[in-house]
Amino acid sequence: MPSRIKVANPNRCIGCFSCMLACSRTNVNTVSLIDSAIDIRTSGGLESAFVIIVCRACHDPPCARACPTGALTPRDGGGVVFNKDLCDGGKLCAEACLPGAIHFDRSGLPLICTHCGVCSKFCSHDVLELRKVEVL
Amino acid sequence: MWSNVLYIDLDTGEHTIRDRADLFDKYLGGTGVATQLLLEECPVGVDPLSPQAPIIISIGPLTALLPCASKAVSMFKSPLTNELGESHVGGRLAMAMRFAGYDSIVIKGRSDKPSYLSIHDEEVKVKDAASIWDVSSIEVTGQILRNVEPGKGRRSIMRIGEGGVNQVRYANVNVDTYRHFGRLGLGAVFGSKNLKAMVISGTEEIEIPDMSAFKKMYNKLYNSVVDTDVMDKYHDLGTAANINVLNQLKGLPTKNLKQSHFENAESLSGEYFADNLLFRKIACSNCPIGCIHIATLKTQFHKGHEFEFRHISYDYELIYALGTNLGITLAEDVLRLIDRCERYSLDVLSVGGVLAWATEAYERDLINPSDTLGIALRWGDTDKYLKALDQIVKMPNKFYQALAKGTAVAAAEYGGEDYAINLAGVEIAGYHTGPASIIGQIVGVRHSHLDNGGYSIDQKASSQQLTEEKMVDKIIYEDYWRMVNNSLVCCLFARGVYSEQIMIDSLASVGIIKTRDELEALGKEIFLAKYQFKKQEGFDLSRIKVPSRFYETVSQLGKVTPETIDNMLTLYREKTGV
Repeated sequence: MPSRIKVANPNRCIGCFSCMLACSRTNVNTVSLIDSAIDIRTSGGLESAFVIIVCRACHDPPCARACPTGALTPRDGGGVVFNKDLCDGGKLCAEACLPGAIHFDRSGLPLICTHCGVCSKFCSHDVLELRKVEVL
Repeated sequence: MWSNVLYIDLDTGEHTIRDRADLFDKYLGGTGVATQLLLEECPVGVDPLSPQAPIIISIGPLTALLPCASKAVSMFKSPLTNELGESHVGGRLAMAMRFAGYDSIVIKGRSDKPSYLSIHDEEVKVKDAASIWDVSSIEVTGQILRNVEPGKGRRSIMRIGEGGVNQVRYANVNVDTYRHFGRLGLGAVFGSKNLKAMVISGTEEIEIPDMSAFKKMYNKLYNSVVDTDVMDKYHDLGTAANINVLNQLKGLPTKNLKQSHFENAESLSGEYFADNLLFRKIACSNCPIGCIHIATLKTQFHKGHEFEFRHISYDYELIYALGTNLGITLAEDVLRLIDRCERYSLDVLSVGGVLAWATEAYERDLINPSDTLGIALRWGDTDKYLKALDQIVKMPNKFYQALAKGTAVAAAEYGGEDYAINLAGVEIAGYHTGPASIIGQIVGVRHSHLDNGGYSIDQKASSQQLTEEKMVDKIIYEDYWRMVNNSLVCCLFARGVYSEQIMIDSLASVGIIKTRDELEALGKEIFLAKYQFKKQEGFDLSRIKVPSRFYETVSQLGKVTPETIDNMLTLYREKTGV
């Protein structure tokens, strides 16, 4: 059964960035806040709530529809699978994603969430959950 | 490995970046490197508020890499004590410096007009701050800068309020609204340089030599921080849990240390705050604990259910300084006082000490209404304290000018030195636990309870027999090893996690190989280098006078005698050579 990441309790976020560091460490093999598929930020300083931006695992992903080269294709359980070899770096996918969940690495390629769940393993406050998805 | 120092000259607006591997290879980073930079950059005998006096901010080799390596160290010459100034901060600054690619920042000179620093990756600019120089609120200053500066979402914003602008000698620097370079007056140094704020952000990637070793270490540390109970006390009630604990032990300074327990402590307890006022908890970047406790203060300002809300971070030390030590009985009143200090960017511990001395001096008719400009200072009278705070920042007369220079200076001018509660010119932290706490703050390089945790040694001594010499040995051990910890730079709240061996292993996981003996020797060397600075600026341990109040009020370990303090100080000096 496939899984997807779910922002289960956004208001519990303490802003430690451990999930972002986990994503870049695990998926990109580096230490970075940029090379992460999940993005935690404030909007109005620490007085404000944290904004959590990550792939929403759409079933009809607009990013895949917007991709002219077929680099993004729908994934079982929601979201997309990324084929790096087909990507021309046109960034149309990011424009199509309303939550803004597609970020780019230093080389200009999109960082696509694989719903591996490592971010949720490093969330000390149950903000993020990896959930099983029934595929019909 | 990471050794970039950004030098900024406010006289010219120019900056340079230099690779100082010579310093970082030897002293690791943080307090170790900052001490060397201070010795290099600070002219002997300089006026701490002159352009020649430097501001140094350093991070360390573990910053932003391993959990709880979340703090930045500032060093400067203190305008409060005229010797070593050092203060540490959490929030987002350390991580922002790491990803901007600066391991230390050295700021010298003075802008000819109000300015702020804008640092985003390789772009470093001194910008015009004329339009925000007089903005009194820390929060509004942050809001304005957020709108005009890049790095949205994860940048760090340091700024000063009116206390810093007017150079109150214990003005702090607010960092990211809820954290501070709190002690010893860095805010006044900012003010003296016409420096209102500093915004920093970065997008760099950090290369680790052996990712698999690093990941293993990260996981181990993350688990011990999150899955064990080592850090529980900081997360649950937070440091405020100590109010009830120290009150029961008779170690809680109250009403200018006339007492070491407070009859109303329960209403100021961590439990009361958490149950009634706590609104949320947040974390410093790269720390999964979330120990920053933020309270909501809801105040009715007009009938018809008109309310204003303020969000105020609190900790044990703040509740002691502006609560028990001033005889305040309502937690909400403590928050009002903290909030006013925040607005002005003042060090709460120094403010509490100054106001407590002034209240007792007023009670004893040492000062009168003509000094206080009609403000009848009285234990527990929050409104009077709020008014006095306004005057300290504005300094309209000789009395308030003296208060703005700290307890020791005020008492030297007006008398009452026996109850001017300071050690080495610094208002004390909230512990009257016994001799180790007193000695610890006297000998500590920044006269902080966190230099060596003397209070905790007193607490150990309450359950096991510790000779005076044994206590001194423990203080020295902490003095040296915390230099190592503060060079990495790990949060001292995580010291239970970062044992000697864990520090060695953590360094190894990022490619820095050090033995236990090397680290211990390094700790001692850094400690002695700080004492070199202290001595060159006139600090002399043999001249420290302990106000008699410390001996009169019973501590957790009973009454402390001058003989004990003299003996321990002598032992300390013999063993360390300072």
